[in-house]
Amino acid sequence: MNSIITYLKELFGGIKTLLKGMMVTGYYFVHPRSIITQQYPENRKTLQMFDRFKGQVSMPHDENNLHKCTACNICEINCPNGSIEVISKQVEKADGKTKKELDTYIYKLSMCTFCGLCIKVCPQDAIVFTPEFEHAVFNQDKLIKTLNKPGSSLKEKVKEPINII
Amino acid sequence: MTFNIYDLTSFNQWVDKTLYDSLPAFWAMIIEMTLIGVAFLLFYALIGLFLVYAERKVCAFIQNRVGPNRVGPYGIFQTIADFIKLLMKELIPINKADKFLFNLAPFIVIIASFMAIAAIPFGLGLHAIDFNIGVFYVMAVSSLGVIGVLLAGWSSNNKYSLIGAMRSGAQIVSYELSVGLSMVTIVILAGSMQLSTIVEAQRDGWFIFTGHVPALIAFLIFIIASTAETNRGPFDLAEAESELTAGYHTEYSGIKFAFFFLAEYMNMFIVASIAATLFWGGWMPLHIGGWAGFNTVMDYIPPFFWYMGKTMVVIFIMMWFKWTFPRLRIDQLLKLEWKYLLPINLFNIILMALIVLLGWHF
Repeated sequence: MNSIITYLKELFGGIKTLLKGMMVTGYYFVHPRSIITQQYPENRKTLQMFDRFKGQVSMPHDENNLHKCTACNICEINCPNGSIEVISKQVEKADGKTKKELDTYIYKLSMCTFCGLCIKVCPQDAIVFTPEFEHAVFNQDKLIKTLNKPGSSLKEKVKEPINII
Repeated sequence: MTFNIYDLTSFNQWVDKTLYDSLPAFWAMIIEMTLIGVAFLLFYALIGLFLVYAERKVCAFIQNRVGPNRVGPYGIFQTIADFIKLLMKELIPINKADKFLFNLAPFIVIIASFMAIAAIPFGLGLHAIDFNIGVFYVMAVSSLGVIGVLLAGWSSNNKYSLIGAMRSGAQIVSYELSVGLSMVTIVILAGSMQLSTIVEAQRDGWFIFTGHVPALIAFLIFIIASTAETNRGPFDLAEAESELTAGYHTEYSGIKFAFFFLAEYMNMFIVASIAATLFWGGWMPLHIGGWAGFNTVMDYIPPFFWYMGKTMVVIFIMMWFKWTFPRLRIDQLLKLEWKYLLPINLFNIILMALIVLLGWHF
């Protein structure tokens, strides 16, 4: 008797779970709004890319054309493909000291695998991923990009007062 | 000539009479057979193309995708483009394959589905052959396809093909029982194996309503078992992509592959139309006994559209659960048949026999 009850319980339990699955897919079928595919070339103007999308490496500049890169070269060392080249220069400051500063930050998009190591290791958070993804160009040279804008310079850190507790 | 969309019998008789009057009997017969053959070929190709498109769209909507949408408006020409591509593909000869059987297999599969389609009543007067054992004939012929599948697997000289074909064999041998027994349940209720009589018996209510509980159980079992019989998901072990690349048609290319592909969809269509004929009244409009006004309104829709509509609903249900459920393992497949479907089916036949004997059906 017990085995018959188990048999029937298994049978109806199985039917119930199968119907539950069919309800979910049936809901999707009658709700075309749940479609998540992007119709790319048509919706190009309204397309919203996602914040975490790894489009390309770029260096954010603020309104005074200042970036945060100190030319420490850690990103260049960590890049597995050699797609980053940081060229620095020695600048003489007003107080007579010479200081290393960023000259050109070369980023070769054609060699990048978008692994994100450079962004992870950057101690200054000077580079980020931006969601632009239309990289197609007619000339390979255009894939070699300079990330720092012309005339930009390092944003000096405001020295925070050290609180001694 | 009288042409009536609700009853094509007079039209058929007019064609028949004109041909026999103007030609010798032999040639008239040859021309009639050719006409019917061409009509079926056209129907076959169109339905095949439509079903491939419908399947891709249904599957896409269920999976939150858009599906084919580039070739023509809403992608309606996608399958035609695919078919042209398949026609132009190279037929790759396989080393050490059994050439004769390898070439024969797709034809057996497609001929089996062709033979089954002949006995299906599409409408009043749209019925190529009306056997008095129609149900039995359709069941026998539609299971011939497995011979083609087995031959394809055996002759391909490929382990994946062979495993796929053997699985298909095991599957059909077990599920054929359930398909047959659920058909027998309806044959008991109808008291006939002739498809036209079965349809005519549902004039005052479809069997799924008049036969109530046992007919409903038989319908569910028929849908499950016939999906398994046509090797469609979730019972598509014979061509499990993730384990067997493509199963029995791994080595086929071009038009031979297209034959297998088309036959799969046509088998689904045949099975769905049998389900519609046996349980939902075939081309018979929805009639409710006593409601004369309602019945006349329903009669205005031509029988062929009733038939196609019902078949498409059954096909949609089959697609729905194909794209919902994961594939069964071979032991689960056999367990489902021998431990669940078969005992329930046998019990169901006894129940149906009792109900028919006691007159408890409507």
